[in-house]
Amino acid sequence: MDERVKNILASFRGHRSEIIPILQAVQHEFGYLPEQEMKEIAKFLRVPESQVYGVATFYAQFYFTPRGKHEIKVCLGTACHVRGANKILDALERELGICCGETTSDALFSLEKVACVGSCALAPVVMIDDNVYGRLETKKVKEVLGKYA
Amino acid sequence: MHEAFVSLRAEAIRKWEERQQSTIPRILVGSATCGCATGALDVITAIEQKLQETGIKAHIQQVGCIGMCYAEVLVDIIKPGRPRISYKNMTPETVAELLEDYLLNDNPRPDLALAVIGEGEVEGIPNLADEPVFKSQQRIVLKNCGHIDPESIEDYMAQDGYMGLVKALQMQPQEIVDIVTKSELRGRGGAGFPAGRKWNSCLRAAGDQKYVICNADEGDPGAFMDRSVQEGDPHALIEGMTIAGYAIGASKGYIYVRAEYPLAVVRLKKAIEQAKEKNLLGENILGSGFSFDLEIFQGAGAFVCGESTALVMSIEGKRGMPRPLPRPRTTEAGLWNKPTLLNNVKTFAYVPQIIHKGADWFTSTGTEGCRGTAVFALTGKIKRSGLIEVPMGIELGKIIHEIGGGVLNDRKFKAVQTGGPSGGCLPESKLNLPVDFDTLVEAGSMMGSGGMVVLDETTCMVDVARYFLQFTLEESCGQCVPCRLGTLQMLEILNEICAGKGREGDIELLVELGKSIIASSICGLGKSAPNPVLSTINYFRDEYEAHIKDRACPALVCKDLIKYSIDVEKCSGCGLCRKNCPTEAITGGKKEPHVIDQVKCTKCGICYDVCPDRFRAVACFTGKEKAAV
Repeated sequence: MDERVKNILASFRGHRSEIIPILQAVQHEFGYLPEQEMKEIAKFLRVPESQVYGVATFYAQFYFTPRGKHEIKVCLGTACHVRGANKILDALERELGICCGETTSDALFSLEKVACVGSCALAPVVMIDDNVYGRLETKKVKEVLGKYA
Repeated sequence: MHEAFVSLRAEAIRKWEERQQSTIPRILVGSATCGCATGALDVITAIEQKLQETGIKAHIQQVGCIGMCYAEVLVDIIKPGRPRISYKNMTPETVAELLEDYLLNDNPRPDLALAVIGEGEVEGIPNLADEPVFKSQQRIVLKNCGHIDPESIEDYMAQDGYMGLVKALQMQPQEIVDIVTKSELRGRGGAGFPAGRKWNSCLRAAGDQKYVICNADEGDPGAFMDRSVQEGDPHALIEGMTIAGYAIGASKGYIYVRAEYPLAVVRLKKAIEQAKEKNLLGENILGSGFSFDLEIFQGAGAFVCGESTALVMSIEGKRGMPRPLPRPRTTEAGLWNKPTLLNNVKTFAYVPQIIHKGADWFTSTGTEGCRGTAVFALTGKIKRSGLIEVPMGIELGKIIHEIGGGVLNDRKFKAVQTGGPSGGCLPESKLNLPVDFDTLVEAGSMMGSGGMVVLDETTCMVDVARYFLQFTLEESCGQCVPCRLGTLQMLEILNEICAGKGREGDIELLVELGKSIIASSICGLGKSAPNPVLSTINYFRDEYEAHIKDRACPALVCKDLIKYSIDVEKCSGCGLCRKNCPTEAITGGKKEPHVIDQVKCTKCGICYDVCPDRFRAVACFTGKEKAAV
């Protein structure tokens, strides 16, 4: 077993109610949920793998393929929607040359949309990793991406 | 009162007072998520640099969000012997300038100031309490936000923090529940269920183990009230939940926080640690024999988990699917089938003050049937967006025009959307309505947890309805057919309408489908999903008809129904639009009128945005007529 998973699982009791926190911890470590680790989680919780996948696929937060180094989340909440979030998303797609939900070929950026990051007063908003960029305009997109290149 | 608490409180107040009497200036920087998003951290760095450079001594403190997001980054300066002045829209450059002028040369720079907060006068700077943005507000839940350091339990205690808990611990559980009942507090999660009734039913439920859960899974797009409370005043929530635990006989509580709120989690974790350290949480609280433990559970990104039974499933480690009716009440069989009290963040945050100040104090605000205040996240096409707290019963129009300062760029008001994906859109004719749970439902919308998004003439109502439906469809858990497939049918009709392929009878079909989905879905998500469509059809039917009959989008939003073109008379051939066009759809020589190739054009609108104001040569058309330039 990967040393990292071992360490993560060691901090849990093995109760099946811990499944979401375990998935979160593993994803935090690996950036996504690798197949082998999913098997280890199922074994650890003594439940079928299908059950672990059942929970993991229900929640939008979990990924099953490697993500980019930086995660870009374009907020498409109501306030962002009416203040042009789609234009920002279009601009990001053009700038990165990928579609929403994809990862750039150099694995630097992943692009996805989220429902609301709760910074509505600063709409339109984009979150890169844990940083929130508010009052964005299409022409500022390049500059913001530049900080991570 | 408990001896240990008395000395803790005295110490906290002494430190607070000492800070108020400070002989060196204090600088408060609003650094909740919204502040950070506009650059609060860069401003803090700039302040530190300037202080070092000039040798000025000052105390820098980070505070939560005061709610005036439109003016972020906010920096407040309190000079000894001077009132607290709040400065708006600070940048690293302006803040450096300000420090030099005000701290070194005693020029308070009224041009940069927003207002004076609290007592005192400064020439040329208005007092916040007299300003339209604040005049009609009344702060109960948000009273500490932006005033105290959210990471300091002592700051909270100096503001009467944990007084409610100490008082509660000396009462019988039934007495506490009776105060909550008498206060007529209604749950702030959206439906407005009387909190006292819920608490009572949980107190009476039989069970050796009970739970308290705080629903902090604020998923409504366009809402961030609960985030601000968690980030700006986390102890209020912790104290409220602890009182609830004592009242119903629970020893364990969970705060279910949204995955998208990392800062809230950090602040809550810190606050829980501090409360445990001071014995205000954990084992044998203040020697009362009552023990209460709190755990943070981070959501994993599922809107439906805001529904109480789905939330419980999620904590249990399952797919967050609501339990179908008939089912026992959560208060009788909730988490692990044990009696569970589940309330929203704001509901819990009201409790400490209600216990401390009494039920009558709370009922003195608001209206008959809806006591206390309402917290709204005022956003969208509004001049002063931010977080507001107003007494229940305030006129809807007053919120938009007085507090919000009217529509952004002085455009024409079209509608206000409340209640998120479960709510509806209210037109101008409804702006005279008083804001409370029941009136808004009667008008075809709902209060919801507090999102209030203002829409102007450039917002297409069909597109807004489609937006919400797309959201609920994606977030449907999929277990019942009306919600999973009914919303899909509605969405497909709306997509056709927006694409200019709407048919006669589509509107009637949408209404019929909507009504059946409401009647037959198993949980609140499905039962309210058609609301945005039904309310926009009700109030803005003409816009639907324009899309269907005239193939026109009056707000110039629906891409398939609009067309950009360049007026040859006005175009000077500057080439800006050509350079900025992402699809190379624009051609034209230097100083010659440019032309848009309609086949290549993706209608992104960039040419329209970049065309200099002095030419205004790019126009947008819809239907048969030319629309606004």
